[in-house]
Amino acid sequence: MIWLNVIVSGVLLGGFYALFACGLSLMFGVMKIINLAHGDMAVVAGYTAVFLVPKFHLPEVWSFVVVVPIFALLGYVVQRTLFQKSIDRDPFTTLLVTFGLSVVIENLLLEIYTANAQSINIGSLIAKSWQVNNTIYVSYLSLTVLIVSVVVLAALQLFLSKTSTGRQIRAVSDDREAAQLCGTNYRHIFGIASSLAFATVALAGIAFGMYTSLAPTSGGVNLLFAFETVVIGGIGSLWGTLVGGILLGIAQQFGAHFNEQYTVLAGNLLLLLVLAIRPQGLFGKQVVMS
Amino acid sequence: MSVEDLTPVDQSITVKRNQIPVAYTVGGAVALAAFLTWAPWILPASDVTILMNFFILVIMATMWNLLAGYAGMVSIGQQGFIGLGAYATLYFAIKGMDPFVAIPLAVAVCAVIAFPVTFLLFRLRGGYFAVATWVVADSAMLIIGSIAFFGGGTGHYLPGLTNLSFKVLNHDTYLAAWFVALVVVVATYILLRSRLGLVLSSVRDNEVASRSSGAKVTSTRRTVFIVAAAGCGAAGAVLAISQPFIQLGNEFNLQWAAEMLFASMIGGLGTIEGPILGCVIFFVLQQSLQNYGAWYLIIFGALAVGVAIWQPRGIWGFVRDTLHFELLPVGYRVSGPAVTGETRSATGPRQRLRRSRKTSGLTDESP
Repeated sequence: MIWLNVIVSGVLLGGFYALFACGLSLMFGVMKIINLAHGDMAVVAGYTAVFLVPKFHLPEVWSFVVVVPIFALLGYVVQRTLFQKSIDRDPFTTLLVTFGLSVVIENLLLEIYTANAQSINIGSLIAKSWQVNNTIYVSYLSLTVLIVSVVVLAALQLFLSKTSTGRQIRAVSDDREAAQLCGTNYRHIFGIASSLAFATVALAGIAFGMYTSLAPTSGGVNLLFAFETVVIGGIGSLWGTLVGGILLGIAQQFGAHFNEQYTVLAGNLLLLLVLAIRPQGLFGKQVVMS
Repeated sequence: MSVEDLTPVDQSITVKRNQIPVAYTVGGAVALAAFLTWAPWILPASDVTILMNFFILVIMATMWNLLAGYAGMVSIGQQGFIGLGAYATLYFAIKGMDPFVAIPLAVAVCAVIAFPVTFLLFRLRGGYFAVATWVVADSAMLIIGSIAFFGGGTGHYLPGLTNLSFKVLNHDTYLAAWFVALVVVVATYILLRSRLGLVLSSVRDNEVASRSSGAKVTSTRRTVFIVAAAGCGAAGAVLAISQPFIQLGNEFNLQWAAEMLFASMIGGLGTIEGPILGCVIFFVLQQSLQNYGAWYLIIFGALAVGVAIWQPRGIWGFVRDTLHFELLPVGYRVSGPAVTGETRSATGPRQRLRRSRKTSGLTDESP
């Protein structure tokens, strides 16, 4: 029964990690860039929900209604300006630029909002849970986040396979030059992909702010988890991301079961294990890395 | 390889490495080295501390430049080796060794740890390699933090220094930082002028061609990674002595990665002089903005982003390309009528860097 509890909480946590990681996976899949500022973007989204949304007299539970569109727009703008400029140079530059951005964002938040932790107030919802039996409780919030995560992944999958824009995104991802020859404006497509990624990261940031508390330095560790999720699941596979998130969640809960200190370490070890055995990830294509 | 090997058949063309006579460069370097060794006796203690921290950053930036600027491996996990170096020093000091004597041992520990790590990390490229280095650093931190011997999360005082007065300790630590920095810079310079440097430049031009010509690319990269780990371990050991209270979050701080990356970026990747210049800029910024919290890091980071986008060769690269001037040349220069009288860098880092930025064989991330 204890192990069932570990698995249930791992799966719930995994939903959150998958939500966090799908933006990272999408940006890598389409633009071949690793956004090292991904975690910090989520923190900025959380801070926006804490500091901006109350000005609209909205309850903070509904903050995503405001923050997600803002981030979708921001994603397009950042892609078309900063990220596109670095892609035009090379992948090497995108790493340096996003890492620089990450450090700048973190320290700006620190200077403006101090190192104090912030959290998104969702009232009594935080404490409500569904009692499965006398040892297993499923909090409504975790369950909602898991459902949102599955819905987002399904919607992304549908969007990529069924719509014209989605097909263009896949075309650009497969072969940019051929897509250009067929009349696709790849910069615009990159912008759209990035705006989707930013929208999901905003959701993840808000979920994170509701779960626990946000600090300027929360971004780094979240990027780490998102990255682990993507690599475990397999690069470029959205459903792999969900599985990767769940496996990471279970591994961390498993570690935490022995000692609270081992939570993150267990996840890291799972990642290193996957790298050693199956570097392309569980659902990744065979011909990836070397 | 000597210059004679490269002398072309057409005698009207000259191939040489140094523009300024070697005697001048060496003379200048010796004079500077003498001054810096003498510095703690003539400068106030606060300046000595600043210079010491400067040299620690020079070690880190030089190592990061070797990794990223020459071997194309972007690591954001070098703080892992800084931490391991610091904690190795702590281990030997607790066991009763003089911390200064422990520095080379800490270096060896980092090199030994880095070797197996490469087998995991080298399965990944580009961005995934970068974040994986961070995962390794994070894991190292978590493992060290769970060992009660090292004081866990609270930290541990570095023993073996209490019998030294503040002044003597400050001098000795400064000298350690300065000598390690000197060794690291000189060793990097020698390494890049050796066969290994040649392999690195061929890989940066075209990895496939380089491999098919028999260059041992992976083992060269492995050597570079281990050297960089050892160098960062040395920086960590000196850092530990300079603090000398050793704390997990301080030694394994991601900020080290940020500082070494920004300093080498701004100064100029792929040059020996660039990272040192970047460190000078960093310390000038930090000292002039020290009353404004983290703003120095924000400005430094923004500057690095700007440099990466608009001036990817950095400040020193800009100087070298506009003035055709190098202090510590790694490549050769070809001049003569055949190259329209213009002095050009033949295998200099400039061309290598520019070409690799176009083809980017090293950072190819596409599946």
